[in-house]
Amino acid sequence: MSTSDRAAGLPAHDIDRVPYDVERVRADFPILSRLVHDKRLVYLDNAASTQKPRQVIERIKRFYETEYSNVHRGVHHLSQLATSAYEDARERLRAFVDAENAREIVFVRGATEAINLVAQSFARPRLSSGEEILISGMEHHANIVPWQILREQTGAQLRVVPVTDDGELDLEAFERRLGPRTALVALIHTSNALGTINPVRDLVRLAHAQGVPVLVDGAQAVAHQRVSVRELGCDFFAFSAHKMYGPSGIGALYARGELLEAMPPYQAGGEMIRSVTFERTIYNDIPHRFEAGTPNIAGAVGFAAAIDYLEQLGLERVAAWESALLAQATEALSGVSGLRIVGTARAKAPVISMTIDGVHPHDVATVLDSEGIAVRAGHHCAQPLMDRFGVPATTRASFALYNTREEIDMLVAGLQRVREVFG
Amino acid sequence: MSDLRELYQEVILDHSKRPRNLCHPDRANRSADGHNPLCGDRITVYLVIEDDLVRDVGFEGSGCAISTASASMMTEAIKGRSVAEVDRLFHLFHDMLTSRDAPVLPPAELDKLAVFSGVREFPVRVKCATLAWHTLRAALEDVAKTVSTE
Repeated sequence: MSTSDRAAGLPAHDIDRVPYDVERVRADFPILSRLVHDKRLVYLDNAASTQKPRQVIERIKRFYETEYSNVHRGVHHLSQLATSAYEDARERLRAFVDAENAREIVFVRGATEAINLVAQSFARPRLSSGEEILISGMEHHANIVPWQILREQTGAQLRVVPVTDDGELDLEAFERRLGPRTALVALIHTSNALGTINPVRDLVRLAHAQGVPVLVDGAQAVAHQRVSVRELGCDFFAFSAHKMYGPSGIGALYARGELLEAMPPYQAGGEMIRSVTFERTIYNDIPHRFEAGTPNIAGAVGFAAAIDYLEQLGLERVAAWESALLAQATEALSGVSGLRIVGTARAKAPVISMTIDGVHPHDVATVLDSEGIAVRAGHHCAQPLMDRFGVPATTRASFALYNTREEIDMLVAGLQRVREVFG
Repeated sequence: MSDLRELYQEVILDHSKRPRNLCHPDRANRSADGHNPLCGDRITVYLVIEDDLVRDVGFEGSGCAISTASASMMTEAIKGRSVAEVDRLFHLFHDMLTSRDAPVLPPAELDKLAVFSGVREFPVRVKCATLAWHTLRAALEDVAKTVSTE
């Protein structure tokens, strides 16, 4: 495994030498100071969605108050301001994922829409009956269901790379399943349910050696590690703002320029056209061809503000902090009787999925909620993965750059309370 | 937040740990499956209906403490009752948990089932408590499809 696929830029034991002031970071997030059930909020549901810093909230407010208009339309001043804010955001995203050209960044509603776009616009016209799409056993439903729909539409087959007992991808099986019939590989970068970080760069190389394009679902990765789409070598990379401190309802698809150029529109309407007559419509250039209708302009501006925020803190320092939290939590939770951690991969994002003997995750989450601790209980939109581990659901604690060591102690105390209630 | 003890009363914890009628009666002539996709709870309710009476009832499945206890206590409450009485219990139970103007005190007819009145204060858990009852209703109607709470 390459070092770039690891969770943190720094090993966990170096954290004490890195000046990371988590209390100052927390002060940036207004919601963290509220109470829940008269208790201090301990927000550990970050893999579902992260909270927003003041810098993002205020940027969106300022945009609406002083710069807002529709984009790419008018010659008036505000239209120019809004257009440049929107296109600057695209450039900000390009730099963030290290794409070659901003034309390769398409704004979408989120990673889910990005994957659907690739399924319908890239894969559907190319796939023929009997060809295969290769996914993994740890995919989010967003990277399963679009391919099932495509299967119905084209007669293509869906093949699945199994997951090991530790929650890692079975790499030998991946190689075995890659073959002359494989038309596309679609893989999750970092598992939202287990935290596993897949060695995407190596997998892309294996696929490309067979001439197979690769889509990476990066929704869970981008907040926790530096991503370079050029270094990964992937053809498509899907991600969402709301999992990296940006607003909900905005995300992006990175698509390699030459592939995007050749793709037909995904949705049709305004913005995506160059000229329209009743006889014939000429489509706009990339990426606008894929952005039909008035886009989520303020969302894009907020997305860029979230990137600025992350970069100003330093993604490497954030990763090191989170890595230390993960190590502490893994050790502390291992000491809770009857608790089993599901997903013990060597490379992990700060996500811990767990089961507690004799207590259903829903009951665990209700007891923790009464202590002000927000965790997720359920199948995490990864039902096949839950089936793989023989559990209907897990309780998941997922950490972010504003979580503290004390909050891990509070989680452990909350889980002791679960044991008290259920005996 | 309302006290957790209101939700997890002793009798509920007892039924969740030692569910009654956790079985598939041999003579069952009605059944239905229930599913709560939000938490992954699954249940199958089996009925032996003769002469318009619930002669026997059992259930199988896996779920949280609330849904398991609710299924267990439901089976005890309906055994030997007429289909019409069971239907009335369903409505009383359902109203206790979901009606905006439910009485402060649950109706006496609900008897032991009144312990679930505390679930009202935990809106996301109401579906856990009603899953078995919705599935029961589907079994009475002998609806072949799986009942879903969503």
